[in-house]
Amino acid sequence: MSKGLLIGLGVAALLLFWGIGVRNGMATENQEVEASWAKVQTAYQRRADLIPNLVKTVQGVANFEKSTLTDVINARASASQIKLDAKDLTPENMQKYQAAQSQLSGSLSRLMVVAESYPQLKATESFSELQSQLEGTENRIKEERDRFNDTVKGYNNKIVTFPNSLIAGFSGFTTKGYFEADAGASKAPSVDFGK
Amino acid sequence: MKMFKKFSIYVIGLLFSFSLLSFQFTLNAQAIPEKPNPQRLVNDYVSILSSSERESLEQKLRGYADSTSTQLTIVIVKNTGESDPYDFAMKIAKDWGVGQKDKNNGLVLLWATETRKIRIVTGRGMEATITDAIAKRIINKTLSPNFKAGLWYQGLDEATTEMMKRASGEFKADEKDDGGGGLGFFFIIFILVAIVLFIISKINKRGGRGGGGGFNSGGWGGPIIFTGGGFGGGHSGGGSSGGGGFDFGGFGGGDFGGGGAGGDY
Repeated sequence: MSKGLLIGLGVAALLLFWGIGVRNGMATENQEVEASWAKVQTAYQRRADLIPNLVKTVQGVANFEKSTLTDVINARASASQIKLDAKDLTPENMQKYQAAQSQLSGSLSRLMVVAESYPQLKATESFSELQSQLEGTENRIKEERDRFNDTVKGYNNKIVTFPNSLIAGFSGFTTKGYFEADAGASKAPSVDFGK
Repeated sequence: MKMFKKFSIYVIGLLFSFSLLSFQFTLNAQAIPEKPNPQRLVNDYVSILSSSERESLEQKLRGYADSTSTQLTIVIVKNTGESDPYDFAMKIAKDWGVGQKDKNNGLVLLWATETRKIRIVTGRGMEATITDAIAKRIINKTLSPNFKAGLWYQGLDEATTEMMKRASGEFKADEKDDGGGGLGFFFIIFILVAIVLFIISKINKRGGRGGGGGFNSGGWGGPIIFTGGGFGGGHSGGGSSGGGGFDFGGFGGGDFGGGGAGGDY
């Protein structure tokens, strides 16, 4: 065997080991992303589970505005239709998922605003507790979304930088989508200085 | 001369960037109190409680933390600044690391006296026993009525009792935190330190220092520095809190996931 061949083989072996190491690192991060996605879904599911109770409580109040209630019910139905497996967290899928969930967030917060004008509802303990549960659930969603974004960021950074990107291409790791700040949530109120 | 000029510009630049950095820090930190040192479970930054009330609450919470490892923490501030009481309480909870790392059994009860806001945040491990609804109930039924009547201590006392009742049986203190084992460990360290001090004092004696038998670390200005306030310079163990002057073991780095409830009075 020539010296050149030996050197070549040695380099190839080194490259192979390096590649395996990098690939395993990505697989680990991928697992982390999937784990935090599961937590995000749990948090959203928790909210969905609260809604039937909320609807029941609100319906108990005479002449409660029907349209806000049906909005919530419909939004919940369409949000729970969109299931997103941890395997296909592409940016497009994430966007769809988030759109459905924020539709529900919107109709829920409208419902809570409307409920403010029903003193007999606000006075009941069950409503007050539901309200706090809902608030806690929204906080949990926010928390899990932030953590999910953090893990995705770590993962994405890993697979898009060269030369890792080569390995990612071979082993089928693709970038994953983030949660964007909800429209309107982060927008500062615009002030119009009279023209 | 030119060199000096260059150097001073460099120094000024460095100082400037440091001050920018610290400015940024204070902006972000927005009045979030630093982790207390020594660590305490009752943190009254506005002195609304009398010192005996504070002490009795502290003893109560500390005893509970010692026996169950669950850390209920009270933080009383004037206001929460720009931030929402929830964000403020969460930041304290996470920065201080209230609760044990593997159990996440911490709880922060934040009370802003000026804005009359109450906020409870529960660690991930506490969410099952002190649910959001229960936290809300504690605020509405226990804290709020007492606070409205100006019964600060009574409100906090009853609220923490309620929390303890709810959470009891959920967590146990780790074996190693148990009196016996822990004391044994500290005893060994104590002996080691005593031996080292003894040897040093022997050496010192030869250097012309008279008397000073034993290990009076207070008088000896040597290079040994105790951090953490464990052995309060010359105290020998057997303090009231078990581990020879140690605080309740400290905040353990518990995690918080957004549970809890808020309210006002």
